[in-house]
Amino acid sequence: MSTTLDLYPLYQAIDNAGSAEDMRRAVVKLCEHRAEASVLKLIEVLGYNNPGAAIAAVDGLIAIGRPAVDLLLDNIDSFDYGARAWANRALAGIGDPRALPNLLDAALNDFALSVRRVATKGLGNLQWDWLDTVEWPTAQEQVLQALTQAGKDEEWVVRYAAVVALENFGSQIETNREAVLASLQTCLATEVESVVCARIHKALKTLKAL
Amino acid sequence: MTHMGDEHSNGMRIDWTVETAIANLQPTVEGSLRYYAAWWLGHFRISRPEAIDGLLVALNDETHRSPDGGLALCRNAARALGKLQDPRIVSALRQRLTCEDYYVREVVIQALESQADPSCIPDLIAFLEGGAEAAISIPGKPHLVQPYEAVLEALGTLQAKSVAPLIQEFLLHPVPKVQLAAARALYQLTQEPQYGERLVLGLRHEKLVVRRSALMDLGASGYIAGASAIAATLAENSLKLTALKDLFNAHLHQSGTKNDPENLDATSEQLISLMDALL
Repeated sequence: MSTTLDLYPLYQAIDNAGSAEDMRRAVVKLCEHRAEASVLKLIEVLGYNNPGAAIAAVDGLIAIGRPAVDLLLDNIDSFDYGARAWANRALAGIGDPRALPNLLDAALNDFALSVRRVATKGLGNLQWDWLDTVEWPTAQEQVLQALTQAGKDEEWVVRYAAVVALENFGSQIETNREAVLASLQTCLATEVESVVCARIHKALKTLKAL
Repeated sequence: MTHMGDEHSNGMRIDWTVETAIANLQPTVEGSLRYYAAWWLGHFRISRPEAIDGLLVALNDETHRSPDGGLALCRNAARALGKLQDPRIVSALRQRLTCEDYYVREVVIQALESQADPSCIPDLIAFLEGGAEAAISIPGKPHLVQPYEAVLEALGTLQAKSVAPLIQEFLLHPVPKVQLAAARALYQLTQEPQYGERLVLGLRHEKLVVRRSALMDLGASGYIAGASAIAATLAENSLKLTALKDLFNAHLHQSGTKNDPENLDATSEQLISLMDALL
């Protein structure tokens, strides 16, 4: 495990990067250490308006995994929707059910479509084994309700994310499969975008083959 | 810096009805409400004759100006009209191509492009008079003398094949976004991969604004071979997803499988898996 001292020169390399590409490379270097101590720095990078660096930082946070979750949740940026989208993308990739309340709220209520999109995707990617089975019925009902609602979002990309999330959720949890199929059929009935229709058909086919 | 206008649709007045929106577009109403009403009618695709009436008045209303002197209401009216259907729209837009405001001309051209009516092609070709050499910047302004990107893109979309040799000159224009617009148009007009690859090169430009532009151009061009390059571009995922959706729609259109989303071909499957990974 790297200590904070080891990481300091890597932080400096990020801070002093002369170009967007140099910064991206410096972030990739920092991520190679998978150091829990670097989580706050990686979260900071999400707010730099440098998509290349942010993609690298998100990958780094997902690789660190569960130890990054509390700091991510504590540092969600309420002013910068770009940073908020990246943070939710990291939470979605990690899949820790501790992020469920945040993901539900972001998927349904965030004004920024990129935040709604990543949070919606994340609702289909939760690692249910990390949650006490006693809590499954309530949590899974919340996920199903939220995804059904996200499937009616006014932005096509959020609806697309809801379909992908429903497919994942229905594949993971057999007891919910019938409800998921019904929800997908509801989406199909009103969908106007060809690509979303195509994705719904693919999801239906996948789930029916299980 | 914000994303390219992809987040502004969640307005706070989402509970408006069609009647409220039309009423708020009238000349007696305060400017910012009319501005929002114009956007609202376009966003929700309200092609009712009363809506079109109001938008046509707004399109020509130069009394309402934003603090910087810009004709914001005219621009929003033109944008909305681009999305709506009515036999009066194309000729009304064409008359605004001579507006003295650069940004109004730009939006009007884009609106004519989405109307997909080739009758405006001669008007658009006229903008290219003097060729790439005449496409110079205006001192003190952040733009060229004419909205060349919009003109080139529209000519490509409208399949103005005769003008391809003239468009080629613009591949060498010093402004990268103009080069990209020319490449996009030429790919649409000729289907030659060399022009698609010009757009793919644009995805690796050092400047983020140019990469964003290349993403949108590549999506609109329908150059399917650029799909993986789109997914790998260093830019916001929202834009990459939109570009891939545009490619998907272009592919459906070309391959004629438009009505059969249940049986996707290998290309469509590939586009969908790229999109899944970008969510």
